[in-house]
Amino acid sequence: MILKRMFRRRQEPDVKMEQGLEKTRKGVFREITRLFDRAELDDELFEDLEMLLIQADVGWDVSQRLVVELRDRIEEDHIVNPADAREILRLEMIKLLELATQNRKIKLLQRGVPFVILVTGVNGTGKTTSIAKLAAYHKQFGRSVLIAAGDTFRAAAIDQIKVWGERLNVPVIAHQQGADPGAVVFDAVQSARQRGIDVLIVDTAGRLQTKHNLMAELQKLRRIIEKQIPEAPQESLLVIDATTGQNGLVQAAEFTKAVEITDLMITKLDSTAKGGIAFSVAREIGTPIAYIGTGEKATDLAEFNPETYVDSLFFGEGEGF
Amino acid sequence: MFETLSDRLNETFGKLGRKGRLTEKDVDDAMRDVRRALLEADVNFKVVKDFVASVKERALGQDVMQSLTPAQTAIGIVNEELIRILGAERAPLNTPDRPPQIIMMAGLNGAGKTTHTGKLALHLRKQGRNPLMVAADVYRPAAVNQLQALGRQIDMAVYEEGTGKDPVDIARNAVRFAQERGYNPIIIDTAGRLQIDERLMQELVDIKQAVDPTEILLVADAMTGQEAVGVAEEFHAKLDVTGLVLTKMDGDARGGAALSIRAVTGIPIKFIGTGEKLDALEPFYPDRLAGRILGMGDVLSLIERAQEQTTEEDAERLQSKMMKGQFDLEDFLSQMQKVKSMGPLNQLLEMIPGVGSQLRQAKAEISDDDYKKIEAIIQSMTPWERRHPEKINNPRRRRIARGSGRDRQEVNQLLAQFKDMQKMMGQFGQMAKKGKMPKNLPFNLP
Repeated sequence: MILKRMFRRRQEPDVKMEQGLEKTRKGVFREITRLFDRAELDDELFEDLEMLLIQADVGWDVSQRLVVELRDRIEEDHIVNPADAREILRLEMIKLLELATQNRKIKLLQRGVPFVILVTGVNGTGKTTSIAKLAAYHKQFGRSVLIAAGDTFRAAAIDQIKVWGERLNVPVIAHQQGADPGAVVFDAVQSARQRGIDVLIVDTAGRLQTKHNLMAELQKLRRIIEKQIPEAPQESLLVIDATTGQNGLVQAAEFTKAVEITDLMITKLDSTAKGGIAFSVAREIGTPIAYIGTGEKATDLAEFNPETYVDSLFFGEGEGF
Repeated sequence: MFETLSDRLNETFGKLGRKGRLTEKDVDDAMRDVRRALLEADVNFKVVKDFVASVKERALGQDVMQSLTPAQTAIGIVNEELIRILGAERAPLNTPDRPPQIIMMAGLNGAGKTTHTGKLALHLRKQGRNPLMVAADVYRPAAVNQLQALGRQIDMAVYEEGTGKDPVDIARNAVRFAQERGYNPIIIDTAGRLQIDERLMQELVDIKQAVDPTEILLVADAMTGQEAVGVAEEFHAKLDVTGLVLTKMDGDARGGAALSIRAVTGIPIKFIGTGEKLDALEPFYPDRLAGRILGMGDVLSLIERAQEQTTEEDAERLQSKMMKGQFDLEDFLSQMQKVKSMGPLNQLLEMIPGVGSQLRQAKAEISDDDYKKIEAIIQSMTPWERRHPEKINNPRRRRIARGSGRDRQEVNQLLAQFKDMQKMMGQFGQMAKKGKMPKNLPFNLP
């Protein structure tokens, strides 16, 4: 039985996301807005624009396309005012992310069926911290949460997630370091079903997408979940570090191949990085971004909103709200 | 996912065909390829700009335009320039005027500082030293536990004061502790931090002042994008970083961040991390990273991995067996297992120049499952059968198929292929004796 919409679309502007991105936007990216602060549209502007996009890790290909499309539009619509051109670019960038966001499936929480979130990613992107944030996020809606300590490889990863469990008052299912992660996940799913848990969040060890055996292990974890709950994992999340360069695209492709990634979470957006790789992923693979992480606290999580993202990171304050 | 620079340059110059002289515009097109390849490898855009300018100057000076193989000449120049920036010589760890040697690890969150503290300690112990690891990350939950767990894993001493103390005091006390107990070097693991976090950056400065380290290593993720330079500049400005450790190089990131950091800050790259295991730390070789940024394959690493798997005697014994046509299924199996332990086949092939791109074009997927099938079939044979594959008759084939869970056809196929292989090896042997090389090889010798 369907109880409630899992993710409500918020009507009010996303204050949380904006605040989180505060630090980032102080960076060089006000420059895009400043770039259009000139009397006329000249070649230099487009060159500088391409550079600024590349500097944000948007990637050669997508930067190039954005600039070419912008130039085409300017020509077609006889645009002479730089402010208008800037608005076209802004909308193009939002559209690019929205195309992917539209792929986001509406997920429903069902009574008696745990909503399973499988959290994956390469080493050091912030999976464990993100899991704590997700746990806190779901708890605020009154949902019962359980965490599976599936990273049995990295030294003390289990301790790390247990510390978070205690802080957030969320139970953690864990075995010892070096144990089979499959067994942990199996136990956790069973426990979640028995206890009538609403949301089960599965941590996994960080792995580089080039490690075939570790990617196969991830597939196995997914199968173990699926076997017990056919519709799970309802969310297969890939955590990408905002500072990641063009390899992020390869990560998204390979993890999607292995465990059908449904959503992305971009972390460390409180850094100076712009997470521009999200544009390449949106364009090439179409994976939607669901959440962004903006700090080390459990509350530093926001739902992703393309408009806020583009405005905060690329166009500076005061735009679009 | 990304075309390599060699592919692109070959394409660009290939399009011009044999029309004779190339123009300056052709060179410009090629430089566009260079620029794109570097940007896709995450080389910082400012570094790319300067780099392309200097390559272009050299390319025009050296008459790439007149060269019969302009693509190769251009790649050669790019390669040389990359190596020049990366630093032609290896940079060893600094040695202190008087002991102890104190090494401080610093970097962004998730770069791999704690793991590399363990790796470096192990590396130094192998050189006969007696290292002490210091847990000065009091912020990340269980970071102290992580270093302790690593310490237990490799039986290495860890100094810690829990998470309630000031990291500056911990570092200072650790040095005193090490001097009393005779530990040297001292490796201090610090918490990950953003370069824009004033308070935490000041903490690093305070640790530096308190213990006066011989070496401050910036630990950076090979997958880092354009921000790498900004991050390194900030750490360098505050701390005077003495070396870079580039981590996660076992992935498929091109690692352009390292080039950018080196070019902008001049910090030498001292080590690269190539895996999660604690012995996966290698000295840095500029030529290899240059090749990787260009997507030119990594033959040296391939040879090294092969050498790790086999001894010279093994190789000689095998060679003489091959020459005499005595290479049997047992040798075949052991060779196969050696190749397998070098890593996934796809990854090995990508290290061979040219093969990588051809594979990508053909979208060829060589699965490690094929290995397993062959392995199962051979392992279902008796030792006598492995040594005398030609004597495996039909009843034996049936038994082998049943035993390995494969089809009869698959067994037949393997035996037939092996027979061809033996025949070819026999021919090699004959010809080698007569001193001529065989014609019509299935591959071209360079």
